[in-house]
Amino acid sequence: MTDAAIIANVPATASLRVDHDLIAEMVDPGARVLDVGCGDGELLKLLADRKGVDGRGVEIERNKVNACVAHGLSVIQGDADSDLANYPDQAFDYAILSLTIQATRHPKTVLENLLRIGRRAIVSFPNFGHWQIRTALLFGGRMPMTPNLPDSWHLSPNAHLCTIRDFADLCDLVNADVEQAVAFNMSGRRLPIKWSLSTQNLLGEKAVFLLKTR
Amino acid sequence: MTAAPTETMPAPARQPSEVHNPSSEVAHFDASQPLKLACQQVLAPFTIAYKTHGSLNPDKSNAILICHALTGDQHVADNNPLTQKPGWWETLVGPGKPIDTTQFFVICSNVIGGCMGSTGPASINPLTQQPYGLDFPVITIGDMVEAQRRLIDRLGIDQLFAVVGGSMGGMQVLEWASRYKDRVYAAVPIATAAWHTSQNIAFHEVGRQAVMADPDWCRGNYYAAGKTPRNGLSVARMAAHITYLSEDALQQKFGRSLQDRSEVTFSFSADFQVESYLRYQGSTFVDRFDANSYLYITRAMDYFDLRDDHGGVLANAFRGTKTRFCVVSFTSDWLYPTRESRAIVQALNAVAANVSFVEIESDKGHDAFLLYEPTFFATIRGFLNAAALKRGLPGSTEAQQ
Repeated sequence: MTDAAIIANVPATASLRVDHDLIAEMVDPGARVLDVGCGDGELLKLLADRKGVDGRGVEIERNKVNACVAHGLSVIQGDADSDLANYPDQAFDYAILSLTIQATRHPKTVLENLLRIGRRAIVSFPNFGHWQIRTALLFGGRMPMTPNLPDSWHLSPNAHLCTIRDFADLCDLVNADVEQAVAFNMSGRRLPIKWSLSTQNLLGEKAVFLLKTR
Repeated sequence: MTAAPTETMPAPARQPSEVHNPSSEVAHFDASQPLKLACQQVLAPFTIAYKTHGSLNPDKSNAILICHALTGDQHVADNNPLTQKPGWWETLVGPGKPIDTTQFFVICSNVIGGCMGSTGPASINPLTQQPYGLDFPVITIGDMVEAQRRLIDRLGIDQLFAVVGGSMGGMQVLEWASRYKDRVYAAVPIATAAWHTSQNIAFHEVGRQAVMADPDWCRGNYYAAGKTPRNGLSVARMAAHITYLSEDALQQKFGRSLQDRSEVTFSFSADFQVESYLRYQGSTFVDRFDANSYLYITRAMDYFDLRDDHGGVLANAFRGTKTRFCVVSFTSDWLYPTRESRAIVQALNAVAANVSFVEIESDKGHDAFLLYEPTFFATIRGFLNAAALKRGLPGSTEAQQ
């Protein structure tokens, strides 16, 4: 199926990213939301359409920021590593970091800031513990390249890849309670929540965590 | 002053004719409505010259105040009566333009201290019946905003839909948003800063010294002597003009090209195109601008420090704001570089304000905010349309593009 065909088959407000759909379920209607690494604003638009949120975004790439603002979104050109420190405590109901934490220089500091700025933090990330990546490294002996992580090691913006278990450990380290953790398999289906973290870590291609400071 | 004399040598001294009888609308404030200034003096009576475009809607919620820069004026989208050139922002402001005058009621007033009809140093001092000259009180950006606020009151507008401005205009935007949080729905400070840096002050001081070193300045009383410090003001403009451009823009436009000659002349005439260009910029400027206004307005910019006005914490200037902000900077602007805009954004973030911030890629330097830059225009249009939607206004006619 071509991309155009896929797009034509989904309703106008439906997301092309399964993690976005889940995040939209997690967020309360009318909430104040900061989307760090908001890209072209797809999630912000989705949250505004479905949940009527008061959304703000931070995005590092200038062209994407321009596109967001030109489409009426409140987005600033900035950097998760350097610009989150300026936000006051609990300024937002949710601070979201969608498929971005692996590209930050200091993931722990970024996560701490998210938990400080938002009453809750929502973090999604590609799972480096996925079986495909494990087998690619085991049998190929090279840094894995998958549809989810398509860049070769020297071009990849992902400086801090982690597994679901690694991330759960980091949450513990920064005193965050995991209120919800959902992993998606390669076809975008949610893995049953009752499965153990180890199983999710093996079968999940990406994961979404809903966090709250203890 | 040992500046090279300009080759295009001056027409007879004359005052810009718009000082006393501006061709735009004027609002007079008589002696019973004095303007209290930051320097503790009062200005009374005073006049504000302004232009409007479009029409005010019945609930007076569609007004956009545009604040002009150092040498700008109220003729934002109409032909300038002195130069006959199109308004200084006519690319951005007009029917169907990003600031769409079919949807918004656009107001642009000449700042106090200016020379296009608002009270300034070339205006008549009621005490002496002579031009103020240096008797004109030193004014601030805040004073300019207070004068504008009086005009907005008189127009019966409670809340401005937006206040928009670049450079010194952006400083006024910040001052408006800080002083009158409930009266500014959206604020668009462009290519500006929350305080003047040492380098900003330094360049202005060069310009002022050039004016004051001209013997025709007559210690500010050149009006009575029938003179005008053309050479000094021209040099000031030449120096300032360099700061509005970028090294790349200058290099691309002129390089080392010679002006109407094939070899250098071993003289101090304008061998290089860039020299000829700057001399032209200087000489045309003096025909439309009062030298004392230049001194006063540059001083107002130098005194601007919104951070210092709020206990050294810029965020305090915006605490409690509900205004929607759109901060814009340009990559090659070294006069008000992106880091100055970022400081504003950080202060706004610190009070959880609704802020967008866009850095526009351009090689045009500070001047970029006056030029057609597609991404800049798309940003302004998109931001204003989204804000208009929130405010229950129709927005720009070409919103869907």
